[in-house]
Amino acid sequence: MFDFCADPKTLEGLSWLMCYLTTGKHMMFYSSFFVVLALMLIVAPVALAFGFGGAIAARSPIAPLRWLGKTYTSMVRGIPDIVFFLFVPVAMDQGLEYLRYLYKCPHDGTPVWANNEFSVCAAAKLPLSTSPQIWHEVYGFALAVIAFAIVFGAFAANVLYGAMNAVPRAQLETAEAYGMSPAQVRRRVLIPQMWTYALPGLSNLWMILIKATPLLFLLGVEDIVYWARELGATKSQIYDYPHPDWRFWYVLALLVFYLGMTKLSELALDRLSARLSKGQATMAGEAQRKAAA
Amino acid sequence: MSDSCTQIIADYAFRSLGYGERLLPRSDFTLCHEFTLIGSGLIWNVYFGTLALLFGFFFATGLALAKAAPSAALRRPAELFIFVFRGSPLFIQFFLAYELLVMLPKAGIDVFGITIETAWTTRAWAGALFVLFLNTSAYSAEIFYGALQSVPKGDIEAADAYGLTGWTKFRRVLWPTMLRLAWPSYTNEAIFLFHATTLVFFSGFPAFQQRGDALYYAKFFADKTFNPFIPYPITAFYFILVTLALIGLFGIVNRRLNRHLPGHHRPKLRIRPQIIR
Repeated sequence: MFDFCADPKTLEGLSWLMCYLTTGKHMMFYSSFFVVLALMLIVAPVALAFGFGGAIAARSPIAPLRWLGKTYTSMVRGIPDIVFFLFVPVAMDQGLEYLRYLYKCPHDGTPVWANNEFSVCAAAKLPLSTSPQIWHEVYGFALAVIAFAIVFGAFAANVLYGAMNAVPRAQLETAEAYGMSPAQVRRRVLIPQMWTYALPGLSNLWMILIKATPLLFLLGVEDIVYWARELGATKSQIYDYPHPDWRFWYVLALLVFYLGMTKLSELALDRLSARLSKGQATMAGEAQRKAAA
Repeated sequence: MSDSCTQIIADYAFRSLGYGERLLPRSDFTLCHEFTLIGSGLIWNVYFGTLALLFGFFFATGLALAKAAPSAALRRPAELFIFVFRGSPLFIQFFLAYELLVMLPKAGIDVFGITIETAWTTRAWAGALFVLFLNTSAYSAEIFYGALQSVPKGDIEAADAYGLTGWTKFRRVLWPTMLRLAWPSYTNEAIFLFHATTLVFFSGFPAFQQRGDALYYAKFFADKTFNPFIPYPITAFYFILVTLALIGLFGIVNRRLNRHLPGHHRPKLRIRPQIIR
């Protein structure tokens, strides 16, 4: 990074620290923060879409669809999310490779699952072993996104289902009395009205999403936890920048990062909630009206 | 087959605690193996969950009172504690606690000539339990604090009118009402705390001699057999049982808390989490 970093062993004090904190590996550590932010920003809308589907399905008049929706919304209440995080990527990976196996591999009778192995021919591997490293990382990240979206979609479905039920019944009946079809009632009245009821749950969900991101580490993605452990581990004299075990300090930095993230989100969500409750016939809206008067 | 299954249960039912067969099975994994070992690991989840919840309950009550206290000397530390533990991921807290405990001198700390051993603190049964205890205390304290703020004004005025003060007022009026109001959310917290116990052996804390929790063994089987479709659903099954048991137990307490109300007014414990941890 800097010219004077050419010979790290001669450095001392502040210049040592500056050179140390700008090594190539540290740059990768810093860029992994963007991986975490990217995960949150991608997962949030996808999970919301999943949640929407789940909530609508749980309210469906068609029984099998309703059961599916109810199962989806209630599964995260009984089963720890980490089980999904470990299960979904492996299951998805095997499922996709199996589908590719069906039409890409010669069928010579070799079973796919045998001797405690899951193996398909090289042509069916995902991503192909010849493809560049970046695709392996993108694929791993995409599987992680799907796992997160499924879990948080189920949480969101719970929140949205509750919010839809909280919309006063009379409003929906009025819409029906005007001759709107069920789809019109949903689109024109139910969904616009439900946000103010859904917001507390959704903001809470955003906080949980922030706090779930270190689990990326368990999925083998090179995220901030991975780099913090990697960089903090004891470095002997053969390294350019030898140091004792500094993992504690690196993890402490992560803790501060997360505290900052949650604090910032809290402030932003408070403003949003104040904005949304403006003019609403809720306690918060009423309090605003009285404060203004 | 059933005979060999009883043998497997005898060998592995307490494997997670270090009793029975030392070596984990290497091949020929049967359903019986998976059910037994994952069930054995569940002992740890129940251990962590129950004790953290039990100790956390009392600490959380104290924290909630401190946060509601008018004196800043009490309020500020409680607010900071709750913010730090609620605002950061449990996963990071486990890591940090482990790294901190590892930094303690290996030989033990000398206090007035008595050497206090430190090695045991880095073991999951103590270290991870401590982190879970602090974590659930912070979450429960926030729930209790919210409930304490919602105690009806009339109740407090009635207590004052009866001449109740201090401890008596707290024990007979504030505390029961607070619990009553907080109970549905607290049930939720308990469920998610039990779920959080699966993180212990995936964070800093190593599974000593492969004595892990339910998810640790599930991952062991998934890695060995390359088949995630059996061990994870078994884990899910066990956790659904734990969740149902928790809802049942907390429901009994809920009935007791609301026993003064006539039957048709008694609120049923409805777990529809709008707010999850």
